[in-house]
Amino acid sequence: MLETTDVTAAARPRLTLHRPPRGTAVRAAVTAVLLLFVLLALPQLLSLYYVDAMTQVAVYAVVSLGLGVLVGRVGLVSLGQIAVLAVGAWVAARLLFATAQPYPLVLLESGVITMGAGTIIGLPALRLRGLYLALITLMLAGAFSIVLATTNFPNGGHGFLGYNGKLLQIPPIRRPSFAATDPAYFRFAVVVAIIMFALVFVHIRTRPGRAWAAIRQSEPAALAAGINATLYKLWAFALASFVTGVAGGVYAGAAHYLYSYDFPAQNSIILLAVVLMGGAYNMWGAVVAGFLSQFLPALLNNWGVSNDWLTILFGIGVVQVLTTAPRGLADQFPKDMARLGRLIVRLIRRPAPAAAGGEAS
Amino acid sequence: MIVVTDLTVRFGGVTSLDNMSVTFDSGTCGLIGPNGAGKTTFFNVLSGFVRPAAGSVRAFDEDLLSMVHYRRARWGLRRTFQTEQAIEELSVYDNVAMVHEHARQPGGSRRGDVRDAISFVGLDVDPAATVGTLGAGQRRLVEVARAVVGRPRLVLLDEPAAGLPEAETENLAAVIRRIPERTGALTILVDHDMSLVSACCETTAVLDFGELIASGPTAQVLRDERVMRAYLGTAEVA
Repeated sequence: MLETTDVTAAARPRLTLHRPPRGTAVRAAVTAVLLLFVLLALPQLLSLYYVDAMTQVAVYAVVSLGLGVLVGRVGLVSLGQIAVLAVGAWVAARLLFATAQPYPLVLLESGVITMGAGTIIGLPALRLRGLYLALITLMLAGAFSIVLATTNFPNGGHGFLGYNGKLLQIPPIRRPSFAATDPAYFRFAVVVAIIMFALVFVHIRTRPGRAWAAIRQSEPAALAAGINATLYKLWAFALASFVTGVAGGVYAGAAHYLYSYDFPAQNSIILLAVVLMGGAYNMWGAVVAGFLSQFLPALLNNWGVSNDWLTILFGIGVVQVLTTAPRGLADQFPKDMARLGRLIVRLIRRPAPAAAGGEAS
Repeated sequence: MIVVTDLTVRFGGVTSLDNMSVTFDSGTCGLIGPNGAGKTTFFNVLSGFVRPAAGSVRAFDEDLLSMVHYRRARWGLRRTFQTEQAIEELSVYDNVAMVHEHARQPGGSRRGDVRDAISFVGLDVDPAATVGTLGAGQRRLVEVARAVVGRPRLVLLDEPAAGLPEAETENLAAVIRRIPERTGALTILVDHDMSLVSACCETTAVLDFGELIASGPTAQVLRDERVMRAYLGTAEVA
């Protein structure tokens, strides 16, 4: 069917098709070195206060990653992710008190159960988009925080809710035996985060990722390409909820005690702001978002600056980022660094030809 | 071959398609008409985005309208849209592969099929290049590659040359003319501009205000008095 003249044209792309894009190897190497540093050296360098903050960064990087999938990949704005995190933490806490299962298994279970709950939250997404979806998810998150304030988190009591208000000695939520200390738990949180990032990475690079990109571009065009948009939207919600549920499980062990006021509905809005600032279209953006939402407050707290400044900072920041770098800091920063690098190189090189010219004459 | 019988589409009080009956046989067929004639509505019926009030569409002896929209791609329906829909952040390869994998094309290797489609449309770019870095004409070619990859049976092209300069339009016309012989698919080309249609299509149907006013060999249709009147905007006398 193909004309024979096309054979050479067809052969040319074949050569280039599976050559990895330039810089991929370098990027992978940098990431590996960075991860080794974070896992091995960082807990030694930081005080316990900052190690705990970094554990929260790992947790919230995963939460941001989930929201990034929804906002950046599929174009669904959810303002209920903190409620999803709370579901994950609740499920994990309940399972940890009720059973003696190994911690990683509990994380997996809380991820799966949260995935079910989060997918139900995602059901309105099949009909709604943009502002309306954002509002619906915010309302659901608000409703959930009321439920949570009434039922409380499990504290070692009995029954389905696992809460006993009369307990005098509240047992802490346990940690894995191999990660009982704060530095060890930090490493555990980072390893879990790496697995979640890998899971999302695989999704983005394969069939679902391409389907999400098509849906974000235009739903009719995606349908015309044979994509079951309903399935893939729910899939996105399922994936985001799964990783957020696992993050909730990590949070539970990190905190030891859970309170409903740790998960206010308005934190979902701040989460969206930091995800947009970090960059929803880039997986590094989730790491930046984790730092912005968890490390920065810890830093300001240590310096004695009120955290209220953060709300103002994030407000200005999100406007600033969206106007000057709509793809977020994770996308803009390397570009700016490259530009700075070129500038420095040009400044260094400039005198050289003049000197050489002087010698020649 | 697709046989359209008494197709009627209404949006509220507006009748977009009025008892349209037409047969598209094989090869490349044109569908022209002034703005608002109902051309895109007709495509949207075929794609499953618009439910007709009455009528039937039989495509290769199958009832197209009873299929769920996204499954029609699996059946072999492909289309492009008036506004460009190539996905900017994906590579050329991924754009085409995306259609191949979701339309579940049988037989052959995906990589081979995708490569064939890219070379068929004459895209002389690195398949790993991001679509966002390409020019408008190249992005349109990516869309055509998405429409021909694998084994399409019915290819719908909705103003594929919109906004392209003349040289690129000619190049695109050459590609469109070769679609039926390469894929065996029936190709329907919608345009309100007659030049691309007369360059590509042996037969042409003309819509005006939702009514089919002429159909037949392209040259003959373009000389039809009613067609000329519809295009010049003169009031219907008959």
